[in-house]
Amino acid sequence: MTEQLDEALAREYEAGFVSDIESRTFEPGLDENIVRRISAMKDEPQWMLDWRLKAFALWKEMPEPDWAHIQYDKMDFQSISYYSAPKSMDERPKSLDEVDPELLRTYEKLGIPLIEQQQLAGIAVDVVFDSVSVVTTFREKLLEQGVIFCPISDAIKEHPELVKKYLGSVVSQKDNFFAALNCAVFTDGSFVYIPKGTRCPMELSTYFRINELNTGQFERTLIIADEGSHVSYLEGCTAPQRDENQLHAAVVELVCLDDAEIKYSTVQNWYPGDENGKGGIYNFVTKRGICHTNAKISWTQVETGSAVTWKYPSCILKGDNSIGEFYSVALTRGAQQADTGTKMIHLGKGTRSTIISKGISAGKSNNTYRGLVHMGKGAKGARNFTQCDSLLIGDQCGAHTFPYVESRNPTAIVEHEATTSKVSDDQMFLCRQRGLDPEKAVSMIVNGFCKEVFKELPMEFAVEAGKLLEISLEGSVG
Amino acid sequence: MLEIKNLQASVADKQIINNLDLKINPGEVHAIMGPNGAGKSTLSYALTGRDGYEISQGSATLDGEDLLEMEVEERATAGLFLAFQYPVEIPGVSNMEFLKASVDAQRAARSLEKYSSSEFLKVAKAACKQVNLPLSFLKRGVNEGFSGGEKKRNEIMQMILLQPKLAILDESDSGLDIDALKVVADGINSQRDGKRSFLVITHYQRLLDYIKPDFVHVLADGKIVKSGGPELALELEAHGYSWLESYDRNAEDESE
Ligand SMILES: Nc1ncnc2c1ncn2[C@@H]1O[C@H](COP(=O)(O)OP(=O)(O)OP(=O)(O)O)[C@@H](O)[C@H]1O
Ligand SMILES: [Mg+2]
Repeated sequence: MTEQLDEALAREYEAGFVSDIESRTFEPGLDENIVRRISAMKDEPQWMLDWRLKAFALWKEMPEPDWAHIQYDKMDFQSISYYSAPKSMDERPKSLDEVDPELLRTYEKLGIPLIEQQQLAGIAVDVVFDSVSVVTTFREKLLEQGVIFCPISDAIKEHPELVKKYLGSVVSQKDNFFAALNCAVFTDGSFVYIPKGTRCPMELSTYFRINELNTGQFERTLIIADEGSHVSYLEGCTAPQRDENQLHAAVVELVCLDDAEIKYSTVQNWYPGDENGKGGIYNFVTKRGICHTNAKISWTQVETGSAVTWKYPSCILKGDNSIGEFYSVALTRGAQQADTGTKMIHLGKGTRSTIISKGISAGKSNNTYRGLVHMGKGAKGARNFTQCDSLLIGDQCGAHTFPYVESRNPTAIVEHEATTSKVSDDQMFLCRQRGLDPEKAVSMIVNGFCKEVFKELPMEFAVEAGKLLEISLEGSVG
Repeated sequence: MLEIKNLQASVADKQIINNLDLKINPGEVHAIMGPNGAGKSTLSYALTGRDGYEISQGSATLDGEDLLEMEVEERATAGLFLAFQYPVEIPGVSNMEFLKASVDAQRAARSLEKYSSSEFLKVAKAACKQVNLPLSFLKRGVNEGFSGGEKKRNEIMQMILLQPKLAILDESDSGLDIDALKVVADGINSQRDGKRSFLVITHYQRLLDYIKPDFVHVLADGKIVKSGGPELALELEAHGYSWLESYDRNAEDESE
């Protein structure tokens, strides 16, 4: 059985192709001048450059964190390039007709047609290729309702008052090593503003693609949901299959004002590296949202890719009666390592949070849940419920759970449940005796295990996520 | 239909089945009785190909096809079904989803057209009603929180949907109340069409009152020590297995 399961892990990474696109790429290396050049490439105002330089100065003084349950060769930050963009993007295309057809083909191959008419109704997409946003669909249509959905580099110029007010307001420049680096060198990402009382008429989504060799992707996303508004945002990511490791260090900030709601879903499928851990993306991401009174943030993530994942989408529940949710499926196989979880910081009265984490480990991989529930002094009557389930496939993988709880308020209630189970021989035999092949059997059992999380995803994504798991598990049994 | 010759099977390096012969013709119902630990479940696992059950000798064919060469799922799609003595739970996977996937896989393997969702819903509901389970059981996780008797009825429902050539029923009657026993027996009888064969493993003569077997075999120490008609079950019920042992011993004594 174990042997068969091991074989399983040799699977194809479908998004692993390289697009033949001529790019303008900075030479490797990082110094103040590189930060200035990135800012100049983006034609940024002085205040933005100043902000970057301040972050760069902070970053230089910070040590790389080593507390996570992951092992990797420390990166040489001087050996990677910090900016790469297709030459065809020198002049921003004004419409899709002007976009390089090779770029369009890339996205078509990835199943994300950029022609608005071909898209799933009701989903607007911002596509980020290496360091630039290529196109953002339905921008005008959304603006009719006052919804701003654009590349963050545009927002810096067109909506400076919003960016100045909120950028770095949730994740400060000195929050952590990778966040500080991102502040200095971020290149593109999405910006969203939903006006007061507006329910965003479409799902918004961003699709990140790393293509250029030896280049880091530092994306920055800022979502502001004004009072009483509502938005659902989806994010997807892929990268070519390469023997070198590549760094992806993103920062996502969510600002959820009184009575607003943000639902943020991720399907992360960066190249995971090969069986032996050669190649793959290093995914070091800081995601955090702040909830004001009665606001609600819900993070849902399905993490199947990356060689190393270091990611803790979190909620600061500042406003009274605000709600934070975290639903996560993390699948590791081969030599992948994931250290992921969440932080729920309860500051307001009557705040509530729910954490459901499903970790699936196969092959020789390591899968760690790390979570913090903090009940502040003012968190009167606050509640948290945490459930961490681990599923092991085979007997060479590891699952670890590190739940931290800090409570400064005796009226706050924290509940924690954890289970570890295996895909049992009994279950496999039952499925196969009914005629299912072993791969279908594993994927069905794993999908069942993840059900509570999948039901939180928007419909189209839930189907996608199920399929992705199926592909990811392909060959995981012989 | 099923032909087992001189079968030897072991589990965990322990030989459990010894030189077992059994032939089941189309449409026949054979009952296997025998003391705890005799190897009845082991026989059913060896036939269905469960990992860990090694066959060191002998053959087993289903309609002339060599079962022992096939993967577990190939044996299943060839028409071999096992109703488990201890059905296992698959949390989060709805019964409906599981049944649909199983039926789809088997119909595909038999080159039959795939059921549409609505067609399948119809047959699934009918099967569910037939074993007297509320329709809500189709939505619940496979065996998740089912009572012992509900699990057994769920197995019969799967048999009804999968339409096997040969069904092995491993103690499908144990743990059932009187009414459920009748439901299970009716379910089995409804599938007797003169072609489908059954191997019914049971400890109780009671089930055989409902499902009239053509043959009754006694399995002890890994082999069939006695075969007969339905009356054999009655004798066993009356006298227990020790009666058989003394019978055997007497026979041996006599031959000496
Ligand atoms: N994995 C195993 N390791 C060791 N011994 C085993 C294993 N599986 C079965 N056995 C042994 O094989 C023998 C036959 O078991 P089996 O389950 O086939 O009996 P059975 O006839 O079905 O009994 P029951 O009527 O109690 O269901 C028993 O002695 C059992 O302990
Ligand atoms: Mg048994």
